[in-house]
Amino acid sequence: MSRRSTTTAALALAGVLTLTACAGVGSKDSGGGDDGSSGGSSGGAMSGMPSGRLSIMGFGGEDEVGQSRIAAFKAAYPKVEVAQNKGEFDAQQFLTALSSGNPPDLVYMDRQLIGTYAAKGVVQPLTDCVKGQSIDMGQYRPAAVQSVTFKDTVYGIPEFYIVAVNLVDAKSLKAAGIDPAQIQTKDWNALEQTAKKLYEQSGSKIKRVGYDPKLPDSFPLWAQINGATLVKDDGSPNLNDPKAVEALDYAVKLVKDQGGWTNFKAFRDSFDIFGDTNPLTKGTITAFPMENWYVNVLRDSIPAGLQLAATPVTNREGAQVSTLGGSTWAIPKGAKNPKAACAWMKTMTSTDTWMKAAEARMAKVKQDKSFFTGLFTANKAADDQIRDKYLTTAPNPGFDQAIKTFYGTLDKATALNPSPAGAEIDAAWKSAVARALGGQPAQQALDRAQEEAKTAFDKANRG
Amino acid sequence: MGELLAPRESLGEAHGRSRASLPLPGRLAARGGRRGQSNQARETRAAWMFIAPWVVGFLVFTAGPMLASLVLSFTDYSLVGQTRGVGADNYRQLLEDPRVAQSLLNTFVYAALFVPVGTCVALGLAMLLARVGRASGFFRTAFYLPEMTPAVAAAALFLLLLNGQTGLVNTVLGWFGIDGPNWTTDPNWLKPSLAMVSLWSMGGTIVIYLAAIKNVPRQLYEAAQLDGAGPVRRFFHVTLPMISGAVFFTVITNTIAALQMFDQAYTMFYGPQQKATASDESLVFMVYLFQNAFQYFKMGYASAMAWLLFVIILLITLVQLRVGNRFVHYEGDQR
Repeated sequence: MSRRSTTTAALALAGVLTLTACAGVGSKDSGGGDDGSSGGSSGGAMSGMPSGRLSIMGFGGEDEVGQSRIAAFKAAYPKVEVAQNKGEFDAQQFLTALSSGNPPDLVYMDRQLIGTYAAKGVVQPLTDCVKGQSIDMGQYRPAAVQSVTFKDTVYGIPEFYIVAVNLVDAKSLKAAGIDPAQIQTKDWNALEQTAKKLYEQSGSKIKRVGYDPKLPDSFPLWAQINGATLVKDDGSPNLNDPKAVEALDYAVKLVKDQGGWTNFKAFRDSFDIFGDTNPLTKGTITAFPMENWYVNVLRDSIPAGLQLAATPVTNREGAQVSTLGGSTWAIPKGAKNPKAACAWMKTMTSTDTWMKAAEARMAKVKQDKSFFTGLFTANKAADDQIRDKYLTTAPNPGFDQAIKTFYGTLDKATALNPSPAGAEIDAAWKSAVARALGGQPAQQALDRAQEEAKTAFDKANRG
Repeated sequence: MGELLAPRESLGEAHGRSRASLPLPGRLAARGGRRGQSNQARETRAAWMFIAPWVVGFLVFTAGPMLASLVLSFTDYSLVGQTRGVGADNYRQLLEDPRVAQSLLNTFVYAALFVPVGTCVALGLAMLLARVGRASGFFRTAFYLPEMTPAVAAAALFLLLLNGQTGLVNTVLGWFGIDGPNWTTDPNWLKPSLAMVSLWSMGGTIVIYLAAIKNVPRQLYEAAQLDGAGPVRRFFHVTLPMISGAVFFTVITNTIAALQMFDQAYTMFYGPQQKATASDESLVFMVYLFQNAFQYFKMGYASAMAWLLFVIILLITLVQLRVGNRFVHYEGDQR
């Protein structure tokens, strides 16, 4: 190769490498369109009738509750063309879209992620949106609003409302001669004895778990039962709070008493959670703390012989408690059509739209010759109206009791405080619980988790 | 014709001889030389055009991202927000992060289990295949088929098969009075199970070994047999030396693949249903790298991790090349 062509090739190589090396580095503010994060409070850019294309990421919405609300939006805003990415929220997909300057206009995600994304400037504050589209934030449950509020600014519009109570296989309980009231979390010694009594094994094989504390996912619930909160009001981690350590110690002991973690987890991994052979129907678990959506799944197992019962989760003083989860809508930084996104959030979560969703659910229930198990939204006004209009006494007394127990929990639930290091805190405590289940002392596991989470929190705070 | 003789850089002049002094054959040769030279330039251009897609692909999709990740490894890049240079902080943090050491150890243990066992299993199956007569095509396809199965699907299937309480593997072991372990939940069994699952996709290695075995000259076996060598001696003294090149190649590539293990480990222990209960014993390096990049958005740190792994793989491969070459028999010459 001549010197000239060598030089040309070297320059071309350097150019390509420089271009590719620089790709994606640094912030991209030119996402296209107003990012709406001006901080102004007039809400002018967000008011009025939206039009154009609205791209949504992370929202499936394929059931009647989703479809009826999508239809309500399309009827209200016919000039908006909705483009839905139907997969679940995927952080990798979302952030790479954002980084490449092609973010969706709207994203649907777990409320737990809002703090992290707000701190990183990935999602926009909704001050202008709330004002521009006149969204009544008072209609939403305060606990849900708190979980999407970061540094006194709202970053998301909450949608569903997920709480937990103890769901019980009443048939197994009755056979063991145990009263459902003994499935309680107030008296830990008594619960331990009940769990042992219900537990069955043959050789090294577990036949039935008496009470599954649902670790690691339900560790925040156990901390709450014992009076600890894992994330402080300022978003800093509080993972090795002595009460949290005590709660983890106890919950791990429940697992140890029922076959030990490796057997217990393998047994639990074999469950068919959504089918007729679910653990409550099959009698492989007698009781566990579970979320409200599961009652709708279990309803299909009544013909298979399921006898359901439910008891509230209480703290050690006997007051009802629950963790709180659910999804939220948020507008990413660089969204090209934030006005349409804002109108969508308002419409999808308004009382009127939820009533249409409930109506659609009732039509489905009627078609299936089944019964309504409730619709649990973050909109308190909608929940109350749906309950008054559609919720009747369920034909199955166990289900009726479970539905009422869930409704009774809604106002008692509290969410983890949002944190700029929410994702890292979440990973740290889950990892700690896994280590504790694997045999590490709870104190040691949570001390390390606290250290990891605190480092992440300090770094996130430094920006 | 005259124009063919005109250029000063004709072959004759290039060799210090004048055009006039060249005899006729020499003149023809000079003409041919010029034509050859122009053909050579044309061929060079054509060659570059043919390899251009690969070169561009390599620069844009391999060299470029590699260089980018090297740059990123000295920053706090997090996909969004301001990116700042942090010097060697990410590399310093690698040394202090206990999960880096844990995940590296897990990866080495997995590789140490998978590579030798995988090599032996693949070699054994290839030897069997070499002896199959009529149905060899069917068996070759059957052994290679898992290679075509997505690793994620295979991992999900093995999660069911290896379930310690209800899985088929332990059920079968139970028929023989063996109380099988909790393959997928007992921290002591996580890496062996992962290695077992990886054996499922040894089809490529088996095919390479089979081809190598088929290429061993029959005369060598006949000569060995005449000398009284039994099957075991024939294997160790004829087959193994003759296919040592193929074995060496697969050991290197399988070691690299083992150190980069991700998909099966992620599906088995860090999928949506498993991630909350994943034990640190199952954390392989690439999974931890992925977590840092796409769960905690520490792209800079993840890039530093990627370069650490690159250097480790490079060193291991160099050692393998240096040590392995002593045991490899190259027919004809020594490489």
